[in-house]
Amino acid sequence: MRVTSFHFMPYRELPEDFTERYSSSFVEAPWWELGDADKVGQFYDWSLDELMHAARLGFDGVGTNEHHQNVYGFMCNPNLFGAVMAKMTRDEGIDVALVQLGATLAATSPPIRIAEEYAVLDCLSGGRLVAGLPLGLGVDANVSYGITPIEQRSRWREAIDLMVRAWTAKEHFAWNGKHYQLPRVNLWPRPVQDPHPPLLVPGAASSSTWDYCHDRDLPYAYLSYFGGRSAQAVMDRFWDRAEAKGRDRNPYRASFLQLVGVAETDEQAEVQYAKHLEFFYHKLLNVPQTLLSPPGQSDYRSLLNLLSTNLIGHDVTTGLSAKEMIERGFAVVGSPATVRDQLTEMAARLNVGHLMVVLQFGSMPHDMAMTNIDLFAAEVLPALQRLYPEDQYENRWWPRRLTKTPAGGAR
Amino acid sequence: MSHPTQSAPHHRDFAGTPANVAVRTVPIAHCGFEAKVKVAGSGPPLLYLHSAGGPGWDVFLDALAEHHTVYAPDHPGTGDTARDAIHDVDTLWDLVLIYDEILDALGLTSVSVVGTSYGGMMACELAAHRPDRVSRLVLLDPIGLWRDDAPVAPYMLLSPEQLVATLFTNLEAAPVQEFLKMPSDPKELAVRTADTIWSLGCTGKFVWPIPDKGLRKRLHRITAPALIVWGKEDALISPVYAQEFAGRIAHARVEIIEGAGHVPQWEQFDRVRPLVLDFLDGRG
Repeated sequence: MRVTSFHFMPYRELPEDFTERYSSSFVEAPWWELGDADKVGQFYDWSLDELMHAARLGFDGVGTNEHHQNVYGFMCNPNLFGAVMAKMTRDEGIDVALVQLGATLAATSPPIRIAEEYAVLDCLSGGRLVAGLPLGLGVDANVSYGITPIEQRSRWREAIDLMVRAWTAKEHFAWNGKHYQLPRVNLWPRPVQDPHPPLLVPGAASSSTWDYCHDRDLPYAYLSYFGGRSAQAVMDRFWDRAEAKGRDRNPYRASFLQLVGVAETDEQAEVQYAKHLEFFYHKLLNVPQTLLSPPGQSDYRSLLNLLSTNLIGHDVTTGLSAKEMIERGFAVVGSPATVRDQLTEMAARLNVGHLMVVLQFGSMPHDMAMTNIDLFAAEVLPALQRLYPEDQYENRWWPRRLTKTPAGGAR
Repeated sequence: MSHPTQSAPHHRDFAGTPANVAVRTVPIAHCGFEAKVKVAGSGPPLLYLHSAGGPGWDVFLDALAEHHTVYAPDHPGTGDTARDAIHDVDTLWDLVLIYDEILDALGLTSVSVVGTSYGGMMACELAAHRPDRVSRLVLLDPIGLWRDDAPVAPYMLLSPEQLVATLFTNLEAAPVQEFLKMPSDPKELAVRTADTIWSLGCTGKFVWPIPDKGLRKRLHRITAPALIVWGKEDALISPVYAQEFAGRIAHARVEIIEGAGHVPQWEQFDRVRPLVLDFLDGRG
């Protein structure tokens, strides 16, 4: 199994009555009442330190993403932070993947800007990029960036095709697309990885995205905040679609995101992480559905699927205590043995070969996050990395330079 | 290009399409769109353009059909049309040409056009593009203009509860109650909800993120006499916009309806019905 340390870079200090005062952590929480630029600088610095700490302790990847106008996670461009990681890990000789999960193509115009930035990261890191291709939240793309909701998905698809062609073409070309037109494309620079970095498609249970992945033989990262138990139905359907599309059950086709808190004992972990979990679930995740995904953003089939199967809205966290959320498995919190067992069981049950762990969440202070990373790296990570050995399960979706099998080169 | 209409689920509207309403399939060359037009009544032809929430048959359409042959096309992607049809209609220009070609296909050289909310904007676009084709124009709380001091409510971002509160001031009116009645069967409810959300998305394609796509510059082309009806308590689009439309259309009359919000033809049906029918008959 490949384990990535993922970071949202949240705003770590918010007033007690945040949820009563503001209807949403995205768009509605006003900078002029809550934001402090000096603190933001501190939060970014801590977050980068936490990612570097994970890189030094042997995680397979470090992950960043993109959101706008919010307190939940405010990396407006993950590639700014990916560039820092590329430079620092290169200087220290750390063979860690840069999992950019990622820059949102549909909200960037023209999208070859991201093809360029990803190529920069791949060059600077010597071929360690995993190129994430998020569709993007509607609240980001539609509301913050003004992209027409019903066009977001087709812009995204076209942008991926344009990016891959711009990375690989051996001639100048003109792009006459539905959404983008470029008279003469000759991308500089191009990625180190040949023909291009591995792609990774994150999603939030849209059936269209599963089909897209299986049609193109791409891996899927299910970004759920409700743990492995609630993800079962979604991942079962993902694997059903794989079978229907003639794809095997190679676990490296799938990735799962999980909030994790480790301490010496279960009891200690529960006490220590409680308020940071509640901060995350109650304050940061508070986004109304209509804002999260404005009409048209989800295509009709996915929409009907979500409404019919009641996948929307059954994971309500309002009023739940941290203890209840831990019991329901939203977050994996406990002693090293508890966390190891739960994650191992989850990896097997969901059949996922890639795990993205979030070890700093909500208001968690820097020193606690560093200790969490220490404990995870020492007590949990080695056991997870032994799962799904890559001489038995081919991982075609990871930078070749970092492959663990003899055929793939040295690690 | 053809669209697999058989893949479109059967449309269930709030009133149920009554037996006296026929759905006519009208293949259009532009965008390869297979239009679906509800047809009812008899008398002089009238084109009715529905709101962002989607096509449904209501008491106001019944009233229009008592004196007119009503043609009510479904916006691409909504009603009985293929859901994916919207993806072939790239621009507002495409959409205007589709309506022009629907009139060609129906053999209507000149018609009265009634549009509500989003449909009001499309009625204006059609009348500005083909002034010769539109004989009379009725606009019910139309969208399409923008004033910074009176921003149109971000209706696509509202929760269902917020949307209802923004749409109506007279919730007790029978047609409003009819509209708010939800199917009890979970499957029907899912389809109804998905249809409404998708309809907002399909129409939103032409007004997102700010419903100001240049109509201001085109309204002067309209030659048809226009009746502009506005709910006095419209919280979605302020009645100050009534004068913004009227000031740019050569022959326009404004009627502000007390006790009505965004849908005066439902909230004050008895008042709006004669106003509109008289105007269409040339008596207004």
